[in-house]
Amino acid sequence: MSTMDRREFVAALGGGLTVLLSVDVRALLAEPDQGRGYPADLNAYLRIGEDGRVTLFTGKIEMGQGVNTSLAQMLADELDVPLASIDPVMGDTDVCPSDMGTFGSMTIRFFGPPLRRAGAEARNALVELAAEKLGLPAERLDTRNGYVFDRQNAAVRTSYGELVKGQKLVRRVVTAVSPEAVAEHDVCNRPAPRIDARLKVTGAARYAGDIRRPGMQYAAVLRPPAHGATMRSVDTSAAESVAGARVLRDGDLVAVLHALPDAAAQALARVKAEWDIPAAAVTDRTIFEHLQQELPRAQSLAERGSVDAAAPGALKVAEARYLNHYVAHAPIETHTALAQVEPEKVTVWVSTQTPFSARDEIARALVVAPEKVRVVTPFVGGGFGGKTYNLQAVQAARLAKLAGVPVQVCWPRRDEFFHDRFRPAAVVRVRSGLDASGRLALWDFETLYAGTNGAEPIYEVPNVRVMARGGWQGNSPRQPLAVGPWRAPAANTNVFAVESQIDRMATAAGADPVSFRLAHLADERARRVLRMAAERFGGSFAPAPSGRGIGVAVCNEVGAFDAAIAQVQVDRATGRVQVQRIVCVQDMGEIINPHGAELQVEGCLTMGLGYALAEQVRFEGGRVVDENFDTYQLPRFSWVPQLEVVLVDNPGLAPQGGGESAIPLVGAVVANAIHDACGARLTELPMTPARVREAIERGG
Amino acid sequence: MNQRIRFTLNGQTAEVDTDPARSLLWVLRTDLGLTGTKFGCGEGHCGACTVLVNGQATESCSLPVGRAAGAEVTTIEGLAQGAQLHPVQLAFMEHDALQCGFCTPGMILRATALLRRDPDPTPEAIVAGLEGHLCRCGTHVRVIAAVRTAARALQGGAQ
Repeated sequence: MSTMDRREFVAALGGGLTVLLSVDVRALLAEPDQGRGYPADLNAYLRIGEDGRVTLFTGKIEMGQGVNTSLAQMLADELDVPLASIDPVMGDTDVCPSDMGTFGSMTIRFFGPPLRRAGAEARNALVELAAEKLGLPAERLDTRNGYVFDRQNAAVRTSYGELVKGQKLVRRVVTAVSPEAVAEHDVCNRPAPRIDARLKVTGAARYAGDIRRPGMQYAAVLRPPAHGATMRSVDTSAAESVAGARVLRDGDLVAVLHALPDAAAQALARVKAEWDIPAAAVTDRTIFEHLQQELPRAQSLAERGSVDAAAPGALKVAEARYLNHYVAHAPIETHTALAQVEPEKVTVWVSTQTPFSARDEIARALVVAPEKVRVVTPFVGGGFGGKTYNLQAVQAARLAKLAGVPVQVCWPRRDEFFHDRFRPAAVVRVRSGLDASGRLALWDFETLYAGTNGAEPIYEVPNVRVMARGGWQGNSPRQPLAVGPWRAPAANTNVFAVESQIDRMATAAGADPVSFRLAHLADERARRVLRMAAERFGGSFAPAPSGRGIGVAVCNEVGAFDAAIAQVQVDRATGRVQVQRIVCVQDMGEIINPHGAELQVEGCLTMGLGYALAEQVRFEGGRVVDENFDTYQLPRFSWVPQLEVVLVDNPGLAPQGGGESAIPLVGAVVANAIHDACGARLTELPMTPARVREAIERGG
Repeated sequence: MNQRIRFTLNGQTAEVDTDPARSLLWVLRTDLGLTGTKFGCGEGHCGACTVLVNGQATESCSLPVGRAAGAEVTTIEGLAQGAQLHPVQLAFMEHDALQCGFCTPGMILRATALLRRDPDPTPEAIVAGLEGHLCRCGTHVRVIAAVRTAARALQGGAQ
């Protein structure tokens, strides 16, 4: 909940004028915001300026997903103002409604409804104000383009800016209003170009590292060579002798400050630290055996019928173990923050997905009240879950306090790899079998360390057991490296296992991968995306391996349903896989910005090629071996196939998540296509050329 | 040892008094205040810091500023002619060929250099030209489409 009362809110906004409106709070609370605690007061969401411009306040941040545009579209429709008149203010903890963070494809799904409600309430109140001003009954008035006008004579009108000018009004709107129906929208459900495009193509867009404050210094922070290492001694004399350099030490935090960032980094290189490094017990080559030695408590996710009773009578029972390695977030912008510590206020510009948690973390570190800390979130240069933790902001704040000047911390790439909380290394075991008619008879699934999303099958099976042990939330003592949420957490791993195993069952049943899935899918949305994908892909489907290299996968994530069909080419000699084409159909309910939604699906499919084919964090004990993009491979232009994205027209369903739902398909759709191409079944991600070659040599 | 280094930056004379071994990237971002050029990896693996040096796309993190002496340097801030954006910038906007936007300046400058050298590139040539640029958001297909559109616009066949 916003802790600010109205007076503070106005003060925080400074010069602009605010129409203070109070609404029937009970009506708002009846509107489900799914327990996310968004404020009932519409002034928390928007402000109408004297010039008619509308400021939209959200605790969400913009990291490329385009919600600055789609949230503005939602507000523009409710308020009846041009899209271009809306200025989003995002992730500023002093003026935006409190928010748990930007992750889980929740911005449009959960912040969208209260924002729409606030816009509708504000429009209603403006009509009431206009009715008084124009001396006309409110029923005769309508709104368009930032004006309230007389339906009987459109020349009689007043602008929103005029209505709020010079007034500080508190009005009580007694009737609760409803947001517009989809059919009434003129801005939503139509492609809108990104509102930040011009800033981003001209270099004018500001990221955390682009903020400058007078007297600021750049910090280079010493980090241990390995996780778990403890510092035995440190000699900073050589660094201190560098002109302009200043060494700061606060317990475990050692840093060099300089007016130039590159000079700070060079001086840091002259710090001589000795460390005690624990012996490397686990590496990326032994991680899976290590993880399976001691199992965390099992959590039952689904139990129907009895898999144990069904197993003896089942046919073609197949057991498999699916593996995936640690995967890095690797945003192109590394974790960055600039902190300014003043007696009454701490201001920190942070590259973060969780500005409010960053505020609280900084407050704890500096031992000040959270209200004294303001986190401002400029544009974020990619997050993918990796910017949900804010170590760099705490480092910057601690150093700024010590130094007495503003301090910027911008991690070098090797620190970004080192401090990353990876997508967990995980193991999934599946046992499944058929009945005499070739239908699925049992499905026994246990996921270890991935997490729960995507683990429950979307298919109809009479005997099901789904268990999860451990997950990406919180660190397990068994995981040698820190783990965290990575775009579509858990689902990438689990859907890889589910959809690979379903494919094996289709082959065992002698069925093609599309009709086998359709025969087991009851959900109409799931059936529709798969049928549409098959239609768009064209041709007919044959039982795998057909030699054609066509793979299929379906999933249900963040409220959306997605189906993908891919075609690949496998070089049997080298094991190299080239994905040639992916068709992906997504049903995400009402689509606010079709342009943006399509781009998110394309982004998921492209990013997914990395974890499918190449991305694996190599480590030796606590030492992260990969430090830059020379050894850690991200998808490149030459990898990208022809992408065909189709969005299902389903406006009757409230908007669902769109930022992640397609990425879990990629591992499975590529694995299934490889199998169809050459008969080799890959069960370990990433499917590197060496693993593909090995699987071919094994004979599938 | 500091040196006085002079070069042309976005059409204007720029002069810095600094260590010539420092990278052009940090001189641009810090000493000269042009933050459109981004730091991504610091070792020439990602392309985010790409600028034009005498018309050549160059990773500024790996170029000592001393070697830019006397050169013509163009950063993303200098690509537009006043308020008139360059056709490559316009094409990136038209195709929504960006998401977080952090790799965008480098890609736009790389594409600009590519189109000067090869005004009518095949899709394969565009892919080869951009291969050294990383985009974690996965905007690649849009970038390729944008570069093709920009090629047509630059050849006068705007559409």
